[in-house]
Amino acid sequence: MLVKRRTREAATSGRLSQMAAGVAARPLDRRSFLRASGLAVGGLAAIGTIGAGLTRRVEAAGFIDMSQPIEVKTNICTHCSVGCTVKAEVQNGVWVGQEPAWHSPINRGTHCAKGASVRELVHGDRRIKYPMKKVGGQWQRITWEQAIDEIGAKMLDIRENSGADSVYLLGSAKFSNEGAYLFRKFAAFWGTNNVDHQARICHSTTVAGVANTWGYGAQTNSYNDIRNAKTVIFMGSNAAEAHPVSMQHILEGKETQNANVIVLDPRFTRTAAHATEYIRFRPGTDIPVVYGMLWHIFENGWEDREYIAQRVWGMDQVREVVKHYTPDVVEDISGVDGETLKRAAQQFAQERPSTFIWCMGGTQHTVGTANVRAYNILLLATGNVGHEGTGANIFRGHCNVQGATDFGLDVGNLPCYYGLGEGAWRHWSRVWDVPYDYFVDRFDAVPAKGGRDARTPEQNMGIPGITSTRWFDAVTIDADEVDQRDNIKAMVVFGHGGNTVPRMIDAQRGMNELDLLVVADPHPTTFAALHSRTDNTYLLPICTQFECSGSRTASNRSIQWGEKVVEPIFESDNDYAVIHALSQRLGFADEMFKNYEMVDGKFGMEPTPESILREINRGAWSVGYTGQSPERLKAHMRYQEHFDLVTLRAKPDAPEEVQGDYYGLPWPCWGTAELRHPGTHILYNTNLHPMEGGGAFRPRFGLERDGETLLAEGSWPVGSEIEDGYPQFTYGMLKELGWDTDLTPQELATIRRVAGGDEEAMDGVSWSLDLSGGIQRVALQHGCVPYGNGKARAVAWSLPDPIPVHREPIYTSRPDLVAQYPTNPDRRQQRMPNIGEVVQQDVVDRGVATEFPIILTSGRLVEYEGGGEETRSNPWLAELKQDMFVEINPADAAARGIVDGGWVWVTGAEGGSRARVKALVTERVNPGLAFMPFHFAGWFQGADQRGNYPEGTDPIVLGESVNVITTYGYDPVTGMHEGKVTLCQIAAA
Amino acid sequence: MARMKFLCDADRCIECQACVTACKNEHEVPWGINRRRVVTINDGLPGERSVSMACMHCDDAPCAAVCPVDCFYTTADAVVLHNKDTCIGCGYCSYACPFGAPQFPRTANFGTRGKMDKCTYCSGGPEADMSHAEYVKYGSNRLAEGKLPLCAEMCSTKSLLAGDGEIIAEIYRERVVTRGYGSGAWGWRTAYGETVTV
Repeated sequence: MLVKRRTREAATSGRLSQMAAGVAARPLDRRSFLRASGLAVGGLAAIGTIGAGLTRRVEAAGFIDMSQPIEVKTNICTHCSVGCTVKAEVQNGVWVGQEPAWHSPINRGTHCAKGASVRELVHGDRRIKYPMKKVGGQWQRITWEQAIDEIGAKMLDIRENSGADSVYLLGSAKFSNEGAYLFRKFAAFWGTNNVDHQARICHSTTVAGVANTWGYGAQTNSYNDIRNAKTVIFMGSNAAEAHPVSMQHILEGKETQNANVIVLDPRFTRTAAHATEYIRFRPGTDIPVVYGMLWHIFENGWEDREYIAQRVWGMDQVREVVKHYTPDVVEDISGVDGETLKRAAQQFAQERPSTFIWCMGGTQHTVGTANVRAYNILLLATGNVGHEGTGANIFRGHCNVQGATDFGLDVGNLPCYYGLGEGAWRHWSRVWDVPYDYFVDRFDAVPAKGGRDARTPEQNMGIPGITSTRWFDAVTIDADEVDQRDNIKAMVVFGHGGNTVPRMIDAQRGMNELDLLVVADPHPTTFAALHSRTDNTYLLPICTQFECSGSRTASNRSIQWGEKVVEPIFESDNDYAVIHALSQRLGFADEMFKNYEMVDGKFGMEPTPESILREINRGAWSVGYTGQSPERLKAHMRYQEHFDLVTLRAKPDAPEEVQGDYYGLPWPCWGTAELRHPGTHILYNTNLHPMEGGGAFRPRFGLERDGETLLAEGSWPVGSEIEDGYPQFTYGMLKELGWDTDLTPQELATIRRVAGGDEEAMDGVSWSLDLSGGIQRVALQHGCVPYGNGKARAVAWSLPDPIPVHREPIYTSRPDLVAQYPTNPDRRQQRMPNIGEVVQQDVVDRGVATEFPIILTSGRLVEYEGGGEETRSNPWLAELKQDMFVEINPADAAARGIVDGGWVWVTGAEGGSRARVKALVTERVNPGLAFMPFHFAGWFQGADQRGNYPEGTDPIVLGESVNVITTYGYDPVTGMHEGKVTLCQIAAA
Repeated sequence: MARMKFLCDADRCIECQACVTACKNEHEVPWGINRRRVVTINDGLPGERSVSMACMHCDDAPCAAVCPVDCFYTTADAVVLHNKDTCIGCGYCSYACPFGAPQFPRTANFGTRGKMDKCTYCSGGPEADMSHAEYVKYGSNRLAEGKLPLCAEMCSTKSLLAGDGEIIAEIYRERVVTRGYGSGAWGWRTAYGETVTV
């Protein structure tokens, strides 16, 4: 089989022996090997054509000459969200060695396969080497000037004919915080809310679910803090593959605490192999499983009544709903028996502190937000949020997906969750020092169509954009169906794969129909190879975060500063410079960049990340991204060894600059940097003074509901001068308390300025709008949390399902359950129709489950990440997984005549989709379940697409994408796709 | 003198492959040569366990016993190394080795396989320490720099331990006491002392 794949010379061979053939034994360095083996023929040939001038070719030598000076640079791994520190040894501008970063409290020197191979990224043979465009179907090299000029001209053209909203700006969780913020600001200046990034497809439902429960959409505790837990539940998280370094803390915690580690997953994962208990359930039945546990908790009175009375609203209503989910009902839906769930429930409720960890197994569903809410309810019922060893430990995916989410690469938010309301726009206008009306002028007016009212530009500013899961529908759908001026005409994709969203056949159609496609990335990605476009397609080489400086936020909200290791290789350049160049061409750079320190970059002027962070510090009051000055973040990296492994707090003997701080100043880090707030290791922790990192649930849903207070009762953080619940702080509230006199004259003047000089309006200026930080400072001084002290919501009345209920997946293997547990009703959301209900009914009517009897789920492998182009281009990783595969149970395989390692066709339930992959026959999956990893691309329904990549940039390993097979289905709140449950059939090829 | 050893704590190994890519990274090991690999037993079944394997630097190394040209030698740190200039690529060592450590750049028979390559415990070969010649043939020499093998240093869960056998056995012993159980692995007592609970 593999021989057939040798259609081109470059990297088509998959067998180790073939790869090794022809290598001389003497020089075992990679370069000469690659040359000899033909592995990098494309890459090396391409290098030969590059002019000497601007391109610096980095020699990939790992030899360190000990007689020459070695510089050690500190950066952060660019893969998952754990935030492992990387120590780079640099000699003569070349990254020659990677050493363990012993002092990082997060990774203590360690890495996973990806982290231990990041040095390769800046030697990358297969990176995009220079700007390119497609002319008549052929890739051509162009200059940066030409690329920016042509892209800008086409964007302006589309703006003229179709409107600003017709350009979709897809950003990245691989941006630094400063890059993410700049990209969001770029969208605001361009005049669209069609700006999104990978959080949409990883944890958007988490952010929505968690923020709607207790205030903020983030991991409440930290990886390190799990060392304190006595019971750990993983549900839909395979940390051993997706977040390997986190397992260091979890396994050590398990050993020292003798902790229960319970893994609930449809698949016996590598994490499950290290659990004390593994519970298998049918994909898409998280809510019944969680309620199955809650049923036992309520039945036996194991809930934490005092905690609920003080800090939770609406639990009694949940109790009524849970009554329906008896052990028999739960076993019928999910396949898990009552005794098993009782055991898990008792451990979780009684062997505390307990923590609940979830990932995409929970979030990527049509019921993603509801799943998250169910997990939260379990945590609240057992009093497991807000102190050490507890919490919603949400492991985020990419290295800066938390930061990029915080900075509003999101269709419904300006930076820091201010929303899209007028108040939000006015706030950021003040921070950016640009008149509010400037932005109104930038937005489209939307005509009345499809029975919907027309919108003024000002109204359009407040309407969430199209989600990244639906962009291709917005290209191809009837214009009347898209709730904006016109369809999507252009995709500008910075650092985002094209194979991570379901329905790739439709995505391919969308790509083909675009007027303009721009891919700005270190690697070409699926966006450059999947389609049959001949023109108006551009590739811009962007460098990795190892080739520029900036901060990134790990999953636990710790912010770490990465310093540039080497100059951007080839003709690649950093995000800051490219966004600046585009803004210049589009005519708003002067306004957008006026607050920044501009320096000479590789090809032109660029802003310093420090000055961007300073602007963030001036505006990000709502989440407390204000105390993390560049100086403080850099000091934390410098003095890593002074932070405690478990508490993350700098010890008393630490240098003055970091003393008492939590590592990476995890947000919220209130007030200005001068206030020296230490950051918040554990959110909502009432056991600490707010100036020491304490907090409470955030009352952001009003003050009362159904005649009951939504403020905390009888619970307050240590040191609070208000010994009860209280709403968010405003200037007016300070006056009522008589604390306004604590404000300095300067702070008062700033508050007056925010109120537009209107004395009456001053009372309404809140802790999140006060640009002086005075209101926050005074509240903290009195032991109070600036955002208030409220109750968490067990009932989130603003969501489609205020109390989560089970809803069958659209492509369900149990059509008999659909009548009782139908998917959400059809609706319009984020400018698009969501017709899940119609599709589900059709699936039931057509008997799809009979024709496609195997449930298909998807997930990660440790060697690859995301769409996988970057990691599949790294030979040290690519060698470890050379084939795309499907995991299938021995019983299903035997019934189909499938042998382990043999080729199979996986056919999908929608659009005749199919994929040719290898079979991995294993009991890891139950009969009736199949699993495919989602990192592969470059083969499409049996066809090798290697020739579609520009020469020399094709990843070493290609394979079919699981998302060719995955199907329709979107969460009603965030538009998250259904990536974890669909149906398929498998046959030997 | 220290007796350098590897120990993989199978209760901790999650098959993340960091040891494998760390090795590739440190020595620029080419595609097809695997000085270290992770072996998983009972894959996908309850009882699944992984263990990271490389040259175990045996006391009485079978590779050395069978080598017709006597290219192996044991350093003062008890690391088993070999001389590629002497090696004739016969492959006898790969038959003798119980761990599959010896690697060959080609897969033909007898003299055409090329020079054998294997884990050096990050301590190079017979050439001058940290010289370019040594790097080209054997990779870097971390021991000479006072560092331990990178695979163990970078192990994500601190499962793979490297260092003086006495010290890593003590670390493992402490873990076993904390856990209250051992890995149950055969041979553990032989390697790490009768007092280790298995």
